[in-house]
Amino acid sequence: MREVVLARPGDFAEWRDAARGLLTGGVAPENVSWRGADEGASLFGDNAPPASGAAISLPRELLAMADRVICHRDPTVPARLYRIVWRGLRDRQLLARRTDPDVDWLSKTDKAIRRDIHKMHAFVRFRRLGEQAGRESFAAWFEPDHYILRLTAPFFQRRFYGMDWAIVTPDARAIWHDETLSYGAGGTKDEVPDSDVVEDQWRTYYGATFNPARIKIDAMRAEMPKKYWKNLPEAQDIAPLLAGAGARVERMRGAAVSMANPLTDKWRTRVADELLLDDDIRTLNDVARAVDHCTCCPIGCNATQGVAGEGPAGARIMLVGEQPGDQEDLQGRPFVGPAGQVLNEALEEAGLDRQRLFLTNAVKHFKYEPRGKRRLHQNPTAGEIDSCRWWLDKERALVQPDLIVTLGGSALRGVTGKAASIASMRGAVHELAGGTKLIATIHPSYLLRLPDRARAAQERAAFVADLAQARKLAA
Amino acid sequence: MAEKAILEKLGILADAAKYDASCASSGTVNRDSTGTKGIGSTEGMGICHSYAPDGRCISLLKILLTNFCIYDCRFCINRASSNVPRARFNPQEVVRLTLDFYKRNYIEGMFLSSGIIRSEDYTMEQLVEVARILREEHRFGGYIHLKTIAGAAPDLIARAGLYADRLSTNVELPTEAGLQSFAPEKRPETIRKTMASVRVGADDAIEAAKGRLLKKAKPPRFAPAGQSTQMIVGADGSRDDDILATATNLYSGYRLRRVYYSAYSPIPDASSDLPPVRPPLIREHRLYQADWLLRFYGFERAEIMEGARDGMLDLAIDPKLAWALQRREAFPVDINRAPREMLLRVPGLGTRAVDRIVAARRLGKLRLGDLAKLTASVKKLLPFIVTPDWRPGSLTDSASLRARFAPPAEQLSLAL
Repeated sequence: MREVVLARPGDFAEWRDAARGLLTGGVAPENVSWRGADEGASLFGDNAPPASGAAISLPRELLAMADRVICHRDPTVPARLYRIVWRGLRDRQLLARRTDPDVDWLSKTDKAIRRDIHKMHAFVRFRRLGEQAGRESFAAWFEPDHYILRLTAPFFQRRFYGMDWAIVTPDARAIWHDETLSYGAGGTKDEVPDSDVVEDQWRTYYGATFNPARIKIDAMRAEMPKKYWKNLPEAQDIAPLLAGAGARVERMRGAAVSMANPLTDKWRTRVADELLLDDDIRTLNDVARAVDHCTCCPIGCNATQGVAGEGPAGARIMLVGEQPGDQEDLQGRPFVGPAGQVLNEALEEAGLDRQRLFLTNAVKHFKYEPRGKRRLHQNPTAGEIDSCRWWLDKERALVQPDLIVTLGGSALRGVTGKAASIASMRGAVHELAGGTKLIATIHPSYLLRLPDRARAAQERAAFVADLAQARKLAA
Repeated sequence: MAEKAILEKLGILADAAKYDASCASSGTVNRDSTGTKGIGSTEGMGICHSYAPDGRCISLLKILLTNFCIYDCRFCINRASSNVPRARFNPQEVVRLTLDFYKRNYIEGMFLSSGIIRSEDYTMEQLVEVARILREEHRFGGYIHLKTIAGAAPDLIARAGLYADRLSTNVELPTEAGLQSFAPEKRPETIRKTMASVRVGADDAIEAAKGRLLKKAKPPRFAPAGQSTQMIVGADGSRDDDILATATNLYSGYRLRRVYYSAYSPIPDASSDLPPVRPPLIREHRLYQADWLLRFYGFERAEIMEGARDGMLDLAIDPKLAWALQRREAFPVDINRAPREMLLRVPGLGTRAVDRIVAARRLGKLRLGDLAKLTASVKKLLPFIVTPDWRPGSLTDSASLRARFAPPAEQLSLAL
């Protein structure tokens, strides 16, 4: 039987060195006895072999867990951990065997340590000691369940680099001073000030942020167990807050509704009635403002904003698309998404300057189906296109283009008011009532959906040709 | 004297802010104060530094800059017509409180909101100023959550995104009609436009990061913890279906990290047309469960509503169980063979348990005893699963299955 004495509970390096020696010496777990320095020496047993230089290769995750679990107060932990690393050396899949009793124990114990660490991060309360040369210093008393100070101090160092602090626990203390972290012996509560000027503010905040109408004591105690309360300045207010909660809610419920604050009208700003009437819409700017509030069809309720047309009022050519897409809806401008990119390139090839065109859509709001983190485009119905024509007609009347180019079927319906296929209209120049010319082509998003490259290139060339024809017609 | 004034203001302005449920301090970038004269760090997981007896986590100093407000939203304690006492902090006072609390490890950071004073832009400017002082003058590295005032100019929102970890704009009520009748000054399209400008700001920052020429020159991050919103539940007549429909639209359009559901809770000096009842806490809880099903369990809203009645979720049992009871033909599920997506649909199995099961079954068949080590409660699973040593037989289709889970009516009224 080998005997290992661990002098410093929770010290990972000490346990690791001993375990490494035993592993390289091939000492099986059942032949080792682990004990703490204060547990009294046994009469029998050899000393453990010293750590040799031989490399021991264990999964990194297992080592990280051992580093935490060794901090557990249970005296059987060093022995159980040794058995697990002994097995881990022979079974690389060990940690994945969550149903194995050793691994189950390891993960539960690790969880307890991680919770202890997390609660220490949360519940340490510093009290101010003073200030020297512009650097403030603080101290805290904390009683963790396990030997976790060395696992938590680096967190406080990263967080409170710009001040000096000490955390005193019954087992050990950590001190951050002059940008150096050091550890020392455990201490007592009296070493830390018993109050802090800011605690009154903190307790006021704690009381004010509590909602007496929704008492959930169990939820509070599950996350902030009573054992921590004695070192939390706000915890002394829990009982009085609970005692007064019922009466506070009754007062809210029972109080007759009082008269409105006499200053209400002075404070309130009247919202100008932005809904413009038909006669009020005289410029493209008016259209852009008013279309935002349109509720003629249900699409608008879910879209971000109405996207009106964009371009000079004197444009000769008007391009009409289907409806805003995701990006157009977010940015409030037509043709700024992927289809807009395709259109921009095609316009350039066709020799058209986007700045001199008027770009708009048959439908002014984005219709979509939510799918997780995306919005999937949905075609507007004929009814929606027809009810949105009111806006398109306004834009046509204000711009009075010589030529309208419809992109896609919805645009064609929006402009003509009739159900006609692009194929039947394409390639010819049509004349609309009032003498405006019309040519019909595809929507640029169609090009994005074609999987066959050769076909896409062909369709794209035809699209550019249609745009080039528009340029000639308007010249 | 000055101290007392601070205490009084703190009492008023924390009380005024508490109806906003958000207190998250997670999901931002890793950042710490190493090598600086300042303080503050954020490391992935947020920390709840305390809990109030209402069971809510206290992670941030959640206060208003002022509770004066020119709006008159009827569900709000701070509406113009309310007679609550009013107060206003100046930016320096908020900075001081935040730093004093932070240094004592009371909080992870600050969540600052405000009543609307003078104008939306003026109010937003004040909020941004507090964040600027904290970050630039005090090198504060803790968490900052700023409320974006709906209707504030996009360039102010862009500046807020440079200082804040998280931005949030509350939609408050799930339907347009509700908002129009309860919050006459708020416009739904203004709220959505503000959310859109937050998303565009975040997208632009990501594009800028991709397009930069030098790998070293890091472009500034934009609200790395994303944006969130809150809906009040139970103040108006909206059904759970409306609420979830709005939530799915918001998640898909503006990449929200979280939608918070806040049971309408009676406020002092309430408007007369609001329910003076206890907050519908169970309903709030069921909505959160449904929200989780949408985001992490692969459920569509329509599926969740299969287990609902008249657009309202079942209060007595959780929404996944309610769905499963309507879809018994999909069960029982073989724990050792079913794909991950199907395991996620088993009532009683959470995402973590499913991950563990998928990992563990690669190394050998799982029996009931093994499941006990991988998940909290095997009992709830029994009607819905098959293992080599368990078959539910007729239990899956038994008429009394719902009663097995639903608490007796009496107990429910106590729980409410």
